[in-house]
Amino acid sequence: MRVITQFRLKISGAIAALILLVILPPFLPSYWLTILTQMLIFGIMAMSLDVLMGYTGLPSFGHAAFFGASAYVIAILSTRYQVGFLGCIASGFLLSVAIAAIFGLLVAHAAGVYFLMITLALGMVIWGLAFRWVTMTGGDNGIAGIPRPGLGIPISLEDPIFFYYFVVIVFLIVLFLLYIFIRSPFGQSLMGIRESESRMRILGYNTWLHKYLAYVVAGAFSGISGILWAYYNGFVSPMDAELTASFEAFLMVILGGPATLVGPALGAGIIVFLKNFISAYTHRWLLIIGGIYILAILYAPGGVMELGKRLAKGGDNE
Amino acid sequence: MKKIILFAVIGALVIGMAAMPSPALAEKKPFKIGFFAPLTGHAAQTGRDMLSGLQVFLIEQGWKVAGRKIELISEDSEAKPAVALTKVRKLVEKDAVHVVIGGLMASSGYALMPYADSKKIPAIYAIMASDDLTQRKPGKWMVRTGWASSQPSHPFGEYVYKELGYRKVATIGYDYAFGWEVVGGFERTFEDAGGRIIQKLWTPVGTMDYGPFLGQISKDADAVFALFFGAGALQFVKQYKDYGLKDKIPLLGGGTTTDEHVLPSMGDEAIGIMTTLHYSQAIDTPENKKFAAAFKDFAGKIASYYGEGPYTGGKWIIEATKAIKGNVEDREKFLKALKSLKMPDSPRGPIELDKFGNPIQNIYIRKVERVGGELQNTVVKVYPKVSQFWTYNPDEYLKKPLYSRDYPPLKK
Repeated sequence: MRVITQFRLKISGAIAALILLVILPPFLPSYWLTILTQMLIFGIMAMSLDVLMGYTGLPSFGHAAFFGASAYVIAILSTRYQVGFLGCIASGFLLSVAIAAIFGLLVAHAAGVYFLMITLALGMVIWGLAFRWVTMTGGDNGIAGIPRPGLGIPISLEDPIFFYYFVVIVFLIVLFLLYIFIRSPFGQSLMGIRESESRMRILGYNTWLHKYLAYVVAGAFSGISGILWAYYNGFVSPMDAELTASFEAFLMVILGGPATLVGPALGAGIIVFLKNFISAYTHRWLLIIGGIYILAILYAPGGVMELGKRLAKGGDNE
Repeated sequence: MKKIILFAVIGALVIGMAAMPSPALAEKKPFKIGFFAPLTGHAAQTGRDMLSGLQVFLIEQGWKVAGRKIELISEDSEAKPAVALTKVRKLVEKDAVHVVIGGLMASSGYALMPYADSKKIPAIYAIMASDDLTQRKPGKWMVRTGWASSQPSHPFGEYVYKELGYRKVATIGYDYAFGWEVVGGFERTFEDAGGRIIQKLWTPVGTMDYGPFLGQISKDADAVFALFFGAGALQFVKQYKDYGLKDKIPLLGGGTTTDEHVLPSMGDEAIGIMTTLHYSQAIDTPENKKFAAAFKDFAGKIASYYGEGPYTGGKWIIEATKAIKGNVEDREKFLKALKSLKMPDSPRGPIELDKFGNPIQNIYIRKVERVGGELQNTVVKVYPKVSQFWTYNPDEYLKKPLYSRDYPPLKK
C-alpha cells in the first residue's frame, strides 16, 4: 500500500511540477517569468552541489567558483572576441571542467571540515582572479552587455519566454543526467563513501578516484548553470564567484534536503522566491529568511523533501 | 483527500500570487518612481541615507507633481549587481515604474545600463560614479546626476601643485576601480602641473589595519593623498595620527575620506585634512542650508553627499516631469527632458549635463575644521563648471585608457 501511495505521490508531484514549469509560464507576467528562470538556473547549481554534499558527503564552500568561471568565459568571449554561441558554451563548460579537474587533485584527499576549508580557499582564488585580473575581467566593474545567443533559427532567445524554455530544457536534461549518474553503480559507491569511506576502501574501491570524479562532475554541472546565468543577466561580476554565492548554494541544498536531487532544486526555488518576494514588503527581510533557516534546521533537518515525506506519511496513518 | 485539498490550496496561492496583474496605465494615474540601493548588509547605512535624501525631496513636493500623485517604491539591492538588476526588473516589469533612481556600486551601474536601454526606461544615476559610465561605455537611457569618480580629483591635482605648493606626493587608496579612478585623476593633473607622484600604495577593500601600509609611506613625500570611505576612512585617519604622521606629512584625499557619512565619528585627528568633492554639507547657499536642515530633521543626522545625490536626483526627475507637464508615458520625450534639463539651484550649485550625460558642476576644495564644536568640510575654493574631462579635449581624453591600478604609470 505504502509503495503505491508513494509512487502516486511522486507521479502527482511530477505532473504538478510539469504543469508549473511548462504550461503556466506563458501566462505569467514577465517579471515572474524572469524569477522562475532564475530559480531554475540556481536549481541546476544546487543539484550539482548535491552530488558532492548530499551523495558523497563532501560539503563544499567553493562551488560558485565553477559557476563564476564559466560565466566569465561567456562574458569575455562573447563581448571581446565575438565568439559564437556554440564556441562560448563549449569553452565555458570545458573551463569549468578543467578547473574542477585541477582543484580536484588538491581537494579529493580531504574530508569533512578540511574539505570545507580547502574548497573555500580555492573558491576565493577564482574570485580573486575575477576581482584583480582587470584587463581581462573588468575587475569590480564586471562585464556588461553579453548578447543572448541566436540559435540559427527564427526563435530569438532575447525573448524572455523562449529563453525560459531554453533553460527549462537544460534543467530537465541536467536533472535526467544527474538522476542516471546517482542511480548508477558509480553513484551508489559514492553513497557508500559517504556512509563509510574506510569500509569502501577495504572492499577494494579506489575512494580517492571516486571523490575526484564526483568533484569534477559537480563542477561541470555548476559550470552549466554559470553559462545560463551569464546569458540570463547579460552581466557578470566578481560577486558571482564570491563566498556568499557559494554559501547560498550550500543553503539551497540544506533547505531543500541533501541527497534528494529534486530537493536542492526546490530549495533554490524557495530561496530565490523568498528573497524577491519578502524583500518587496520589508527591509528586514533577511531576518525572516534567517528565521526560516533556523526553523528548517531545528524541525526539518532533512529539508523540505523530508517535510513533504512526513506530511505524506501522516496522511497514510489517517 | 486532505492532501489533495492542501495541494490545491497551495497551488492556487502560488498561481494567485504570481498572476497578480500590474495595474494598467491610464490618465492621471500616480507617477511611479522606483528606487534601489543596498538597504541590508555592509553598505546599508549609505543606502538608507540615499533613500532619506530622495524622500526629503518628495516630502517637500507634497508627493505631487503636475497634478499626479507620486508613488515611491524602494527595493534592496544588497550591493550586488545581479540583485540590483533583478530588483530593477521587478520595479519596471511588475510595479510599472516610470523612472528608476539609485544604485551605489559602479558594477550595478554597468549591469543596469543594457537593461534600461532594452526597456527604454530612464535610469537616474545619482551616486554611481564610475568614469566609463559616461565616457567609454555610455548608455542611452542613463542620466547621471551625480558625478564621475575622477571629476573632483582633476582640479585638486592642479590646486595641490599651484596653491599648496607640494611637489612630491604619495598616494594610498582602495585597490579597486573607484580607488584607481579617484587617485588616477589626481595623479594625472598633479603631474601635468609639474608635480611628481613618488609612491602608490593600494590596500584591499575592507582593510581594517593600515599599520603595514603606513610604515611604507616615503619620508620624502610633501603630502599624502588618501582615498577611503566608511569604517576604513575612520580607521585610516586615526592610525595616520597614531603613527605620528599627521604632524609630519599633511594629509589630502578624495571626498569620501572625510565625507559627512564618516566625519561625525571622527575626532581631532581629522582636522586639517584637505579633500575634494562636488558637495560639502558646509556649502553656504540658501538651497543647501534648506536641504541640510530638512535632511537633519528627517534622518536625524547631518547630510552627506549620499543624501544630497538622490535629493538632487529626485529634483531632477520632478523638474523634468514638470517640463513635459507630467506626460511621463511618452518615454522618449521624458528622456529628452531629463537630458536637456539645467538646474541652477541644486544644493551643490548649478548643474547641467554634457553630451555624454555627466554633470558639469562645481567642485569644492574642502578643509576639515571644527566649527561650533562640530567637524565640517569648510569650502576653501570653488572650481565652477568642471566637466568630467577637466580642461582636456574629450576626444583625446577618451583615447587614453581608463584610470587603473597601473595607469597613469608611476614614473621612475
